[in-house]
Amino acid sequence: MTEQLVFDRPEVIADRATHYCPGCQHGVAQRLVGECLEEFGVVDKTIAVTSIGCSVFLYNYLLVDSVEAPHGRAPAVATGVKRAKPDNIVLAYQGDGDLASIGMAEIMHCANRGERVTIIFVNNTVYGMTGGQMAPTTMIGQKTTTCPGGRCAEREGQPFKMAEILAGLGGVAYSARVAVNNAKNLVKAKRAIKHAFQAQIDNKGFGFVEVLATCPTNWKMTPVAANERIECELIPYFPLGIYKDRLNEGEGC
Amino acid sequence: MASESRIFVKGNEAVVHGALAAGCRCYFGYPITPQNDIPELMSKLMPESGGSFVQAESEVAAANMLLGAAATGTRAMTSSSSPGISLKQEAISYMAGSRLPGVIVNMNRGGPGLGDIGPSQGDYFQSVKGGGHGDYRLLVLGPATCQEAYDLTILAFDLAFKYQNPVMILGDAIIGQMKEPVIPWKPAPVDSNEASDWALTGAKGRPMRLIKSLYLEDGALAAQNIRLRDTYKAMEAEIRAESFETDDAELVVVAYGSIGRIVKSAVRNLRKQGKKVGLYRPITLFPFPAQGLRELAQKGKRFLTIEHNLGQMVEDVKLSMIGLADSDFHGHMPGSIPSPDDFEAPILSALERSAS
Repeated sequence: MTEQLVFDRPEVIADRATHYCPGCQHGVAQRLVGECLEEFGVVDKTIAVTSIGCSVFLYNYLLVDSVEAPHGRAPAVATGVKRAKPDNIVLAYQGDGDLASIGMAEIMHCANRGERVTIIFVNNTVYGMTGGQMAPTTMIGQKTTTCPGGRCAEREGQPFKMAEILAGLGGVAYSARVAVNNAKNLVKAKRAIKHAFQAQIDNKGFGFVEVLATCPTNWKMTPVAANERIECELIPYFPLGIYKDRLNEGEGC
Repeated sequence: MASESRIFVKGNEAVVHGALAAGCRCYFGYPITPQNDIPELMSKLMPESGGSFVQAESEVAAANMLLGAAATGTRAMTSSSSPGISLKQEAISYMAGSRLPGVIVNMNRGGPGLGDIGPSQGDYFQSVKGGGHGDYRLLVLGPATCQEAYDLTILAFDLAFKYQNPVMILGDAIIGQMKEPVIPWKPAPVDSNEASDWALTGAKGRPMRLIKSLYLEDGALAAQNIRLRDTYKAMEAEIRAESFETDDAELVVVAYGSIGRIVKSAVRNLRKQGKKVGLYRPITLFPFPAQGLRELAQKGKRFLTIEHNLGQMVEDVKLSMIGLADSDFHGHMPGSIPSPDDFEAPILSALERSAS
């Protein structure tokens, strides 16, 4: 019996082991992005903006032209790239500390202007690479190195719900929250990422996908337990779904 | 290729016209006095010329938009004034570390802090010594007239791409706000291949490109910093300075930008009184035109540095001539605009000291 390959690696994803910790879902999110770029046939015209933290190494795994942005500024850098090269597909890939804390101004205004860019927002509720500090998306009660007693709403506020917040802005054409914790959600996640790129390709406006993802190392959990946490703790507070979809509406100005 | 027609514009507007002549395709800015004429005129002319104008949400964002546009090999610019330039420094450091070209205009106002909106040269250190984090330099040009603001802006774009490094136009509230006739001229069209070996355009037909300032591998950052050092050394080919009445001068006044121009009037007036004084006006503030100063020092001249601050460029003047000569210093404090008369007494005083 001959072997038949039924599930291959997208060419745009580098053939190398990632540095990500066991059980981390950055690799899954990045693979989905790569699959979407290949299916749209836009790999050759994509320019990626990478950010700070674990996200920065996107450029080691996604083989497209890439530029590194300062902490939180990826939406501004992406704006500059897109304004200079409107015919290219512009992707920014950010984590939660990057996008929802230091870069809150940049994401809000980039989205509000309706920049024709696609932002993939990997939310693992913690600052990963810097060693597990509190993020703007850290759950109430979640212990981190800078909220050792657990995040307290009265002291640190509630976790930001970015997919819902951005959906309220006029320039946003597509905003969704997905998870990659099981096969069913993975399929939905890919569909959402595809729609976020479609919003850019069709010149409809800003496209945004929040991906709930694990950080077993900083959550101090096994990969399996971390995946279960997505289902039991994160999704109830960060509901999955499409919060805005203007793909079938006419173009703006 | 000089044009016959003259335009009557502010220094800020001259910068805009120069940028457009140089092929600037994107401008990203944020309002701050006294440079608002730049974003205002850009908001009209940039779209008319088929380029892109964005009023960013902050100086931070504007500078990062510049970084993004620069990464595509596009001629792009941002402008601001002192407190805003401080906010732009993060992106400027990243641009220097990523070897990205771009033009940044600083119409220096008074500081520190909110200071005032009047002219000052208090940002000299911040401009020529790096400004943001890390070990880098900008190529810095200091115009003294509206015509120079136009000419040096065109030059700034060429040099930014030649050296793949950010270039700063360091003016002040005087040059930004005064109005003069400018003779516009068209430089040669931008070479469409000028960034073809590094710019991000989509990897069609070639391997992916990566523009970054992160160097984690053993020795990689050292190699990058050595490349940067070599670039700054190579920039010395661009050194420019104006010498005025220095041949037979006993005392050479060193001053740049608007203050250099005011000093020039003072020198002219003192020459009429038979005083042997001259002006050396650095135009490239980094790299600093040290060789010209050394040559004057070797001829036995004495020096007085005049600045619109507590004394910043004077350190570079002294370093330039170390072992050969020293320089006196006179600082006109920010908060008022000096006239040529204000400088006569300090120049005469330094002249007397040099004679004794």
